[in-house]
Amino acid sequence: MTNTSPVTKADKARLEAESRNATKAQLYEFWYYFSQNKGAVVGLIVFSLLVLMAVFAPLVAPHNPDIQYRDSFLVPPVWEEGGKAAFLLGTDAVGRDMLSRLIFGARFSLFIGVVVVSIALVGGVVLGLIAGYVRGTVDTFIMRIMDIILAFPSLLLALVLVAILGPGLINAMIAIALVLQPHFVRLTRAAVMSERSRDYVIAAKVAGAGHFRLMFKTILPNCVAPLIVQATLSFSNAILDAAALGFLGMGAQPPTPEWGTMLAEAREFILRAWWVVTFPGLAILITVLAINLVGDGLRDALDPKLKRS
Amino acid sequence: MFRFLFGRLGLLIPTFFGVTLVAFSFIRLLPGDPLDLLAGERGISPERKAQLLAQMGFDKPLWRQYIDYVAGIFQGDLGTSFASKKPVLDEFMTLFPATAELALCAIILAVCLGIPAGIFAAVKRGSIADQAVMGTALIGYSMPIFWWGLLLIILFSGILQWTPVSGRISLLYFFPQPTGFMLIDSLLSGEKGAFLSAVRHLILPSIVLATIPLAVIARQTRSAMLEVLGEDYVRTARAKGLPPSSVIGLHALRNALIPVVTTIGLQVGVLLAGAILTETIFSWPGIGKWLVDSISRRDYFVVQGGLLLIAGIIMLVNLIVDVLYGLINPRIRYN
Repeated sequence: MTNTSPVTKADKARLEAESRNATKAQLYEFWYYFSQNKGAVVGLIVFSLLVLMAVFAPLVAPHNPDIQYRDSFLVPPVWEEGGKAAFLLGTDAVGRDMLSRLIFGARFSLFIGVVVVSIALVGGVVLGLIAGYVRGTVDTFIMRIMDIILAFPSLLLALVLVAILGPGLINAMIAIALVLQPHFVRLTRAAVMSERSRDYVIAAKVAGAGHFRLMFKTILPNCVAPLIVQATLSFSNAILDAAALGFLGMGAQPPTPEWGTMLAEAREFILRAWWVVTFPGLAILITVLAINLVGDGLRDALDPKLKRS
Repeated sequence: MFRFLFGRLGLLIPTFFGVTLVAFSFIRLLPGDPLDLLAGERGISPERKAQLLAQMGFDKPLWRQYIDYVAGIFQGDLGTSFASKKPVLDEFMTLFPATAELALCAIILAVCLGIPAGIFAAVKRGSIADQAVMGTALIGYSMPIFWWGLLLIILFSGILQWTPVSGRISLLYFFPQPTGFMLIDSLLSGEKGAFLSAVRHLILPSIVLATIPLAVIARQTRSAMLEVLGEDYVRTARAKGLPPSSVIGLHALRNALIPVVTTIGLQVGVLLAGAILTETIFSWPGIGKWLVDSISRRDYFVVQGGLLLIAGIIMLVNLIVDVLYGLINPRIRYN
């Protein structure tokens, strides 16, 4: 009996090494399937560039986004007649450099995405775990509330919430997070319900794991794949909705260089200066498209059903 | 089947009351009380304010106000608009056909283009054509539609001058509108050129509103078709020598359409949210623009009523889709 302890220790080390190797193999497998999707790789590259651009905006941007050059109102892009080399993508109606504003705008859009998804994900996962694990009245209560949120079109509910909270970027983010949350709750709940009667969960229960441990350490890690895909989709939805709120005057307020707000300011020049309207929208489209491409790739790589087909 | 139907209805009742609670709380959660907003800068005397509050029932306890509110809903009373002094329900009914017409055109466009595009991509899986169709669909799915609308206005209304910028029909035409659907009314009026003008006004908004549903339907149709095309019965149909058109059209499509029908039903919410943006861009006099305008001029009874009615429509359509789904697919009914 006395010599069991060193064996256990060796076993433990071996098991740990095996689990490390398994994780490594899983990552390799994930990357293999992800990289099969060329669009997803392109999306990832574009997204990484956007992140770099946002982080290093003060270094990359040729001008300060808020400075108004009073001799240069509505200067067209450099390749158009009348364009100036100092303003590659032209200037807006009060003489601010479009390119610099777009570069700084990336900060807002990505920030919105990160904050909204974090709030919606954490809230949604906790509620979904509780609903799926506890079941009964608690489950019914949580799910009915989610049904109520889903009964409204997301943009309308966000608009109304912003009317209550007051217009502004932070309030818009809270509103969008609340509206996107039910999707995470539903996904987590469904995943938890299919996992909770599995052998490994019952084994953990028999071994004496408490409810908290069972929910967060045993079950949750096995429900992560669909949540990652949903988080990516929500990231792009958050950017679109925030831009829409900005466009309707209920999101970020001028002179913030948020892309949707820039579009709202540019609307009256739509038939006179195409560039003030075209570029902010193009920036939104490229960002959202890149994220959706990554989302598609993630879904392909994480969904075992699709892998086999 | 009845059990299934009643089960679904039973689920809807608590949601409906939840929705009324949201709409009810909305006005009470706003900063300041509605009368201050109504009185505006000029202010209002305290006696007059108390009198008006009592008249509107705001002096009663909250639970009592809620019961009165729900009772009012069942009698069709959704409050009165501050701006127009008309009942909210009447305003909604006048404006709803405009949104319905736009949404119907958009969904027809989305279905007529989306399903064939999805089938085509699935049949040509992996080819350049498939990649092109799905790439376009993903761009459509990622499109900020308010910007897309502005771009189309720049191109078709500004540069090419093919379509008008805003409204439902040219101001030259004036005729009674018994149905509220401009396409039908303009035909009924018999005025020369009226129908064409209505169509020209409808084209761009429909395209803009159809963009996201079209992309979603195309993607969903493709993946549903791919799943079905791998099934044994499709292989059997091929093996027994049926022509490809009948294998795809008869055997595969009918089964692939089941999830697609659900997706189409779910687009109602997308369409109504999209209508808010599309109607704002094209000055389309429907409920989306009405709600945005009401929020910005703080006409909160309109927003409250609009919230409730729109949620009601979405819930009703979802119920119909659920029931239809149960009818098509018995497996759902008995689960």
